[in-house]
Amino acid sequence: MSYLTLSITLIFVVIPLLLSKTLNLGLERDTIIATLRSIVQLLAVGYVLKFVFDSESLIYIFLMVALMVVAATHNAQKKGAAIRGIIWKVAVTLIFVEVLTQGILLGFNITPATAQYIIPISGMVVGNSMVLSILFLNRFTAEVESHQDETELILSLGGTPKQAIHTQLISSIKASMIPTIESQKTVGLVQLPGMMSGQIIAGADPIQAVQFQLLIMFLLLTTAAVTSVMLGFLSYPTLFNQRMQLMKTDSN
Amino acid sequence: MSVDYKPAVHFNHVNFSFVDNPILKDITGSFPEGKITTLVGPSGAGKTTLLKLCNGLLSAQSGEVYIKDRSIEDYEPVELRRLVGIALQSAPMVAGSVYKNLSLPLELQGKSLSKTEAVELLQDVGLAEELMERKVKDLSGGQRQKVSIARTLVNKPEVLLLDEITSSLDRTSLKEIEELIVKINQKYGTTIIWITHNLQQALEIGNFTWVMMDGEVVETGESNLLNDPANDKVRRFVRGEAG
Repeated sequence: MSYLTLSITLIFVVIPLLLSKTLNLGLERDTIIATLRSIVQLLAVGYVLKFVFDSESLIYIFLMVALMVVAATHNAQKKGAAIRGIIWKVAVTLIFVEVLTQGILLGFNITPATAQYIIPISGMVVGNSMVLSILFLNRFTAEVESHQDETELILSLGGTPKQAIHTQLISSIKASMIPTIESQKTVGLVQLPGMMSGQIIAGADPIQAVQFQLLIMFLLLTTAAVTSVMLGFLSYPTLFNQRMQLMKTDSN
Repeated sequence: MSVDYKPAVHFNHVNFSFVDNPILKDITGSFPEGKITTLVGPSGAGKTTLLKLCNGLLSAQSGEVYIKDRSIEDYEPVELRRLVGIALQSAPMVAGSVYKNLSLPLELQGKSLSKTEAVELLQDVGLAEELMERKVKDLSGGQRQKVSIARTLVNKPEVLLLDEITSSLDRTSLKEIEELIVKINQKYGTTIIWITHNLQQALEIGNFTWVMMDGEVVETGESNLLNDPANDKVRRFVRGEAG
């Protein structure tokens, strides 16, 4: 696609701008900022990727993945501010998920060890893991807050912190995994995944595109499960102290 | 207070703060073994905090709490909480049946409660056997409190802490719970520490009472002190002029 053709697609930006102006939605400024940011950010990433792909240097691949992990950690940890040391717990989880998935893909020779495969797949894994972390932390902090009585009840009956938080932990893990599982149930029927659509538009064989999409979907199932379970088991102990007391307790 | 009685729980210059806010200030005193002691005082006096210090749900910043002459710090938390049981005002339940709730304390130890033991527990607290499989969400306030107390008794605690367990009950349920607590105290020799806003209850049921205000213990003694308090603030509180 030429830049001239691409510039014509700005019609798709003009339509919401006109609607916003006509209906007094007040979204013109945000729409223009979003458009400019996406142009600058994506073109910059495009040039960086081109450079990394051309260089085929492992160091650049590592740096790109590290940058993704840092940005994703920074974004996800905001939702778990109440949990001590959350930034490290999120970082360790994201790194573990990335190492595990790439380890399987490269170890079994499923994908080649080139920047062209490692970087986009890492982006999907880390991005999905970040969203899962946010979903999990949102739900877990809300569950802990609203079930303090039950947690304290189990502690008061001689239960351990793990027993006291078990129900909330399991329900948060399940809740954060459900969107991934549900979206996979309707894939192909309701929506065509972005990566697959992109490959088909770019001229790839649809069956080849589907095979890659299946690989990514299976990968994201592992990402979802490992992220929520790992983050859950890393997070819950910090809610208690050595005397098995729930740290956030009301007093009167 | 009560130098003639062996203390089940003893506080020695205990202080507790929450987010730099002093909740308990220099608490010293004993709860006699095998007796019922009520804790009375206006809301925010620190009564619930004091109760939670007794079974290690909270820890004092300074001072010592002793349970049966042994520092609370020397107990494993799990051991302490089985020795000192607590029934909370809201009577929290785990979702499911009455039986599920009664068997919870043993389940936490990897054991199970037999149906026979469950029936005995229900009878102990004056509940019908038919309630065993009933969902806890379908229980009345009084039934819920009785299940909560029965569940605490599964661990056979030597000290039982009660946090305003009758505050939201009707008169009939209130009387039944009062009788139940006296029965537990007499049958098992359990030491009872009972927070109540009901001064009549403190007078009739309690052997001793502690009056707390603003994080301090302002007067202690036999329950009939409430009929003629020595302390001016307590006198005003008893007359309903404070708190």
